[in-house]
Amino acid sequence: MNGRVKSLRKQSIETVPCISIERAVLVTEAYKEYSGKVSVPMLRALTFKHLMENKAICINPGELIVGERGLGPQATPTYPELCCHTVEDLEIIDDRDKIFFKVSNEVKDIQRDKIIPYWKGRSIREKIFGHMSNEWLDCYNAGIFTEFMEQRAPGHTVADGKIYKKGFLDFKADIEKSLQSVDYLNDPEAYEKQEQLKAMRLCADAIIAYANRHAEKAAELAADEKDPVRKKELERIAKVCSHVPAHAPRNFWEALQAYWFVHIGVITELNTWDSFNPGKLDQHLYPFYKKGIGEGTLTRERALELLECFWVKFNNQPAPPKVGVTLAESGTYTDFANINIGGIKPDGSDGVNEVSYMLLEVIGDMKILQPSTNVQVSQKNPDRFVKKACEVIRMGMGFPSVFNTDAVVKELMRQGKTIEDARCGGTSGCVEIGTFGKEAYILTGYFNIPKVLEITLYNGTDPRTGKRIGLETGDPASFESYDQLFEAFEKQMRHFLDIKIRGNNIIEKLYATNMPAPFLSIIVDDCIKKGKDYNAGGARYNSNYIQGVGIGTITDCLSAVKYHVFDNKTMTMEGLLEALGDDFKGHEKIRQLLVNKTPRYGNDDDYADYLMVSVFQTFFGLVDGRKNLKGGSYRINMLPTTCHIYFGSVTGATPDGRRAAYPLSEGISPVQGADRNGPTAVIKSASKMDHIKTGGTLLNQKFSPQVLEGEEGLEKLTHLIRSYFRLEGHHIQFNVVSADTLRDAQNNPGNYGGLIVRVAGYSDYFNNLSKELQDEIITRTEHCSF
Amino acid sequence: MATGTIFNIQKYSIHDGPGIRTTVFLKGCPLSCWWCHNPESQRYGPQLVLWKERCIGCGDCTKACPEDAILPENTPPIIDEDKCSCCGACARVCPATALEIIGKAVTSEYVMKEIEKDLIFYDQSGGGVAFSGGEPLMQPEFLKSLLKECKKRDIHTVVDTSGYANWEILSAVSGITDLFLYDIKHMDDAVHTKTVGVSNRVILENLRKLAWIHNNINIRIPLVPGINDDQTNIHETAQFISSINIKDVNILPYHRTGIDKYGRLGREYRVADVREPSKEYVESIGKVFVGYGLSVKIGG
Repeated sequence: MNGRVKSLRKQSIETVPCISIERAVLVTEAYKEYSGKVSVPMLRALTFKHLMENKAICINPGELIVGERGLGPQATPTYPELCCHTVEDLEIIDDRDKIFFKVSNEVKDIQRDKIIPYWKGRSIREKIFGHMSNEWLDCYNAGIFTEFMEQRAPGHTVADGKIYKKGFLDFKADIEKSLQSVDYLNDPEAYEKQEQLKAMRLCADAIIAYANRHAEKAAELAADEKDPVRKKELERIAKVCSHVPAHAPRNFWEALQAYWFVHIGVITELNTWDSFNPGKLDQHLYPFYKKGIGEGTLTRERALELLECFWVKFNNQPAPPKVGVTLAESGTYTDFANINIGGIKPDGSDGVNEVSYMLLEVIGDMKILQPSTNVQVSQKNPDRFVKKACEVIRMGMGFPSVFNTDAVVKELMRQGKTIEDARCGGTSGCVEIGTFGKEAYILTGYFNIPKVLEITLYNGTDPRTGKRIGLETGDPASFESYDQLFEAFEKQMRHFLDIKIRGNNIIEKLYATNMPAPFLSIIVDDCIKKGKDYNAGGARYNSNYIQGVGIGTITDCLSAVKYHVFDNKTMTMEGLLEALGDDFKGHEKIRQLLVNKTPRYGNDDDYADYLMVSVFQTFFGLVDGRKNLKGGSYRINMLPTTCHIYFGSVTGATPDGRRAAYPLSEGISPVQGADRNGPTAVIKSASKMDHIKTGGTLLNQKFSPQVLEGEEGLEKLTHLIRSYFRLEGHHIQFNVVSADTLRDAQNNPGNYGGLIVRVAGYSDYFNNLSKELQDEIITRTEHCSF
Repeated sequence: MATGTIFNIQKYSIHDGPGIRTTVFLKGCPLSCWWCHNPESQRYGPQLVLWKERCIGCGDCTKACPEDAILPENTPPIIDEDKCSCCGACARVCPATALEIIGKAVTSEYVMKEIEKDLIFYDQSGGGVAFSGGEPLMQPEFLKSLLKECKKRDIHTVVDTSGYANWEILSAVSGITDLFLYDIKHMDDAVHTKTVGVSNRVILENLRKLAWIHNNINIRIPLVPGINDDQTNIHETAQFISSINIKDVNILPYHRTGIDKYGRLGREYRVADVREPSKEYVESIGKVFVGYGLSVKIGG
């Protein structure tokens, strides 16, 4: 990393995150001006235009890629149309120990005097909670499920290659064409289409205007600049910004800047989940790289420098401030822009190129939280690529995570995507599959599977509150067989999933009618062609997900009940329930038996593993294929972000010997410490799940650094990954850090400011994690060297 | 179907030969090296160990013991070793796994089932299985049966041996083993006898003969500072290896990971004052072997 990048990186890391009120003020102005006078899509477009024409322009000293979402690095806007914070919210956001944002008094005053008076009662969050049934609210409060869209907008999508081939003037021409073909005589939706397309057209103008304002600012700065080198750079920035994104980029620099303007556009329009993501960056950039090197207009060093400047831009944008359950399920500054490296090309051939290796170098060089990164590994990719990635993994930041591209393509095709579209896809967020540039794949909320068993064991009542929120499926002490218990569990699961999906259907409609995203719609096929918004089914594919959490915990719970109560009669159901009710106080012997003498998931033991399969199949069967309102289907995936901590906190003692309020298992990983036969056994257990039926699974492994030492350690890790992928595992990622180091970091945080660890589908500074999450990571089984 | 006593089946072994391996540890060893990091492997037959800190004081072990060998009302329990027959009844009922039986009698069928679970990893990595110990040659019928079963299934086999066995056994095993990991601890018989417990004559003689009939042998040298790292011994060892036309040498630097096990077994650790050698030092020893035309790998 050169001096320029070093100083930009330093600025990015050392700047304290704060709330920027600028966006809230501009959005409020626009709504006051236009709301009620124009159609909703036009209102959103005029708001976007108002933002793009008036938000402050920031060009940081020394930077080459420009554009900030807030006033500067780490200045983070709010989205009052979705979630209007109370002044108390802001105080909590300012004051909390972790994932805080500084809030100035001025910001609080503006929020109190200008923002709250307009938005109170109008925000999506209030609409959602106002529209939900009592049973939905009961389940939400009990921690049966979470709701993704209560303070952040649907997004969960990724750019494909079109923005490198077309400028927004070209997109405008496409929009015109679509407008021309609106059939006002026969199409009952003609008006809606017209308004949507006009809104998209306006947004295209707005993003071009925003870029031009950067060009002007850069030219101004250049005129005043004394340093001749920087002067030239600023002039170049001006040139770049006056060309992209209006026109298609012509070179490497313009390609990166074009993406970045789009990124800022998407995350300013709404606070989309997973921010936004360039997807297969190496494949998109390679033609520009090749051309530049060939013509002699680009050097490898310059390309590397530009990439590192680009990296900093991601890190400058923390995830917008979250509150309540949303903070609990996703407690991190990371905003999940997850760059895909390697994999295959749309024609199915090996997609690894020189830029892929450069991106791996950048990750190791930058050692920075954002963007997240992953490698896509196909049978067609050379082993040296995987080994190179393992070398970066060995550095111990949990980057990059590793995906099985061949499985991803299969998963997408099972959902009905064409093979070409599937190959254009990849993974984003934590582990979620999608056809990039063509799909809205919306995560709707986490689902607490162990809690469903808890409710079953209490015959429909939540023991934490004493409230009956489930069905009365019978007193478990009266069950004569394990099958009877499982049948009751399945009934409860169906009941809760029905409640979740009924709520989802309302929320989906609220967004479709109130919160169109005309800017995002420009770059997602086939919104222009259909004249339909991204949030209303305009995308070619529309998938909704429910994410199952705690498969390891539920498996061990069911295994414990089956093994001890029904198969071996080591204990009675009454005895077990009593121990659970007492949170094992006075029942330590029972707890030890449950922990130590139960076949457990993660050991390649069919007894436990096939119970996992039965839960998975049940969850899959109850969700997959249900229709959503956008013409697509519901799917499942298996990931938790930080929700296994939150779900654990609301779940009482469980039959796997877990005490009340302790975390659940994470992703599809075994219960922390339950896997005792090494990583191959974990992989075998995990691969008994049919990953192809999911939209993503998440397997975390922790290795002590010695296991990966030397060339041999790397080679064997590569083989481990390849083996998992031959078994059609979806994804695996590694923490390479010893428990001793983590314990020391917990006690002496000051010495470990830069320690980055893998949490679930993302990495985070160890110091940024809650104590519970730190403990959870420490207790994960550490595979040592033998 | 043969039966034998094993004390562990270790998956994802990455230091016992090429690729990813499953290592089967056979129990019982005629040697008693001072630095042994698997002291639980030495005795034949099952052995009871006590993890004191795990005990929750439930007293179930006392009730379960058919020999009345566990005194009541002690946390952790006090075991009368003279009465204990290592039947394992206490370990079976102990909810906290504070009592564990090390070493269980198993059939070759059982072991093969475990080995076959990781076939995909062997195939991917060019790995297979390793038989270690203890001294695997001390259970010759069991070992041969496992090696034959592996051959049948085309699974690559490694035998990790001290070489202290009847030549008839070793030569029979030799025909069905793909790779030997063969230890040389000391060239001086007196030091060998003192620190390892047996003479080195059989070991070196067997190695000479084995090298004649088997062409895939890696020599392993546990490098224990103060015991076998003097220049004379290093040079003699290297000389001997090159004289019998063996090429590959692995130097295994002494490490202290086994130290806790001695406590749990109630045994004395006789090399407590030996320090782990530095990387540079081990490399300098490695260079001596290279000087004899040998190919050296540090670590397993």
